[in-house]
Amino acid sequence: MLSAVLALTALAVVFGLVLGFAAVRFKVEGDPLVEQIDKILPQTQCGQCNYPGCRPYAQAIADGEADINQCPPGGDEGVIKLAELLGREPKPLNPDNGVEKSMPTVAFIREDECIGCTLCIQACPVDAIVGARQQMHTVIVDECTGCDLCIPPCPVDCIDVVPVEPTVSTWTWPKPIDVAELPREAA
Amino acid sequence: MGRPQTIGSQAKPQLWDFPGGLHLPEHKIDAPIRSMPLPKTLVFPLAQHIGAPAKPVVEVGDKVLRGQVIAEADGYVSTPVHASTSGKVIAIEERPVAHPSGLSARCIVLASDGRDKAAPGRTVEDFKALELVELRNIVRDAGVVGLGGAAFPSFIKLNPGSARIDTLVLNGAECEPYIACDQAVMAEEPADIVRGAQLIMHAVGARQTIIGIEDNKPRGIAALRKAIGEQQASNVRVVVVPSRYPQGGEKQLIQTLTGREIPSEGLPLDIGIVCHNVATASAVWRAVVYGEPLTERVITVTGPGIKTPSNLRVRLGTPVEDLVAAAGGLAEQGARLVMGGPMMGFALPNARVPAVKATNCILALRQADVRPEEPAMPCIRCGACAEVCPAGLLPQQLYWHARAGEFDKTQNYNLFDCIECGCCAQVCPSHIPLVQHYRFAKTEIWAEEREKRKADAARERHEFRNARLERIDAEKKAARAAKKAALQAKKAGGDPVGDAIAKAKAAKQAAPESDSKATDDPIAAAKAKAQARKAQKAQAEGAVPSAAAAQEAPKDDPVAAALAKAKAAKAAKQSDDKPDSDA
Repeated sequence: MLSAVLALTALAVVFGLVLGFAAVRFKVEGDPLVEQIDKILPQTQCGQCNYPGCRPYAQAIADGEADINQCPPGGDEGVIKLAELLGREPKPLNPDNGVEKSMPTVAFIREDECIGCTLCIQACPVDAIVGARQQMHTVIVDECTGCDLCIPPCPVDCIDVVPVEPTVSTWTWPKPIDVAELPREAA
Repeated sequence: MGRPQTIGSQAKPQLWDFPGGLHLPEHKIDAPIRSMPLPKTLVFPLAQHIGAPAKPVVEVGDKVLRGQVIAEADGYVSTPVHASTSGKVIAIEERPVAHPSGLSARCIVLASDGRDKAAPGRTVEDFKALELVELRNIVRDAGVVGLGGAAFPSFIKLNPGSARIDTLVLNGAECEPYIACDQAVMAEEPADIVRGAQLIMHAVGARQTIIGIEDNKPRGIAALRKAIGEQQASNVRVVVVPSRYPQGGEKQLIQTLTGREIPSEGLPLDIGIVCHNVATASAVWRAVVYGEPLTERVITVTGPGIKTPSNLRVRLGTPVEDLVAAAGGLAEQGARLVMGGPMMGFALPNARVPAVKATNCILALRQADVRPEEPAMPCIRCGACAEVCPAGLLPQQLYWHARAGEFDKTQNYNLFDCIECGCCAQVCPSHIPLVQHYRFAKTEIWAEEREKRKADAARERHEFRNARLERIDAEKKAARAAKKAALQAKKAGGDPVGDAIAKAKAAKQAAPESDSKATDDPIAAAKAKAQARKAQKAQAEGAVPSAAAAQEAPKDDPVAAALAKAKAAKAAKQSDDKPDSDA
């Protein structure tokens, strides 16, 4: 009886040590939750979620501080993806954070009205505006995320929000209308 | 392979097969190629090929000649655009183009001057004397693209890279109903096609050419066989393949001719084959030897909605309405115009869009011919789609996942091996627009990838910006701290109390320093100790003899005093001399 207890205890100690060592020595750095959430977020860096950027919002979701429906640029699609990742129920976007844009937009500076104050450059979260003090500024269209953060600081209101029209190379086929998708009674 | 086919031999070559496919009513015309009058206005879209759109090199108001480059290639996968007649550039602007989206794209608009003056070109006597790179550059500069409809820059396919190519396949199958331009080219320019085959074989290092032609084009087959005989081209042979849609698909034709299957998402290159359209071979030949850039092509204008279905030699950039007019006009008002064939073509938004390098057919359908859009019913899992799929895919599975927006799963079912031939949708008894679902899924996946790339770039830029702001902040803080310290030090210098404290501190610091210095040096310490002992001894001795002397001698004894003095002087001298004698 005693020998059995001792033997099992000894085994438990040995395995415990081996496992403990292995857990430390062979630790695999998995994709942490924050990274996974951050990958789903659209990286607009607009701050509409009330966090200073997508990454802090991802951190807040991971910490359970923020809800998953605070990202208007991500839209309902983004909420669904977050819900899938986190095993939660999808919910509609929180209207307090804003509404989803119907189509992507970029900022456009009316260059002859720009006074070269650099305020928009400082506001741009992705350095998508070029210019210098007393010089005209302009937006690099390909880098602009359409966050609209440059618009409030502009003292002369020379920045427009321009929708990004699909071109021949970015156009997508519309989803075919399919009766089979309607509820059974209607079909 | 390796089967030398003698000219005119009727020996039937071995043929393989591809899965699925459909027998469709052909509706093909067998008409000679007709020229058409020069159009007044020509529109050249900058993107007439797969790859990056060309960059304009002319300005509004410039006069250009036929064959002159008006837009140059931008990047590797790109080709230049040439003016197809002489005239004046009147605009560089967005114009509606032939695209399923019906969207506009940047175009160069040319007003013809009617003189059709050609720019001088350079001709080549012997293409075999050229470096292969030079050969490819000529083809690239001539703007030659695949004329079968995909419009992939041909010079890229002339560069096999490290792959070993044994066979060139020329595609003359032209399997889609109504389209008949390749047949016309084969019948009327067979010599250039065979010479082009020799040139391409030379460029890619292939040993033989197989020209695959569907059995419903006897005129083309006969003309090519005759040209091969005339040129004694024993390494080129015509193989007649059964007419079955989509026999003209690159993968399907190669499989039928060689029995070799192109791997999933692979290229013919992967199995040692290069495949070009027959008209492309002719265009490559003319580009290299006659220095003719691609400024015209043969287009079939046909369909029940056209009065005189014709094969027309068309200057690129000609508006479709001019083509229709040249073919006798529309048989009925409101006929629907389709670019391409009935299976893979798309409806044109209007008749003013220009014919481009990829345009092989303009099909006009009367209202009565347009299949009414029947409502799609639920899938009954009959499996007819899977039976006809020439790529051997599972159309039902693709459909479920595409419909549900599970695009990653559609990729697991090899969505990108779908050639969009439309057989599945054609046979579906529930009228489900299957191929439209796949096209939708493909463009959605591409859009998602674009978005992801953009998001990654935005994340990187944002993180870089944050890091930069932090660095600047830290630098500012450090500068501020340094300034503060300097200020404090300056302040301390003028304060007497502080001064005193500093002095005391310095003294305190100095004292232990000397102590430590002494203890640090053992010799000095020993010396000091010895000195101290000597001093003590001397004091004691001095005291005792003096006392003794005082006791022995009377205080005012001059002899004793003199003696003591002498003793002391002697001792002093001795101690002084000792170090000298030691040394």
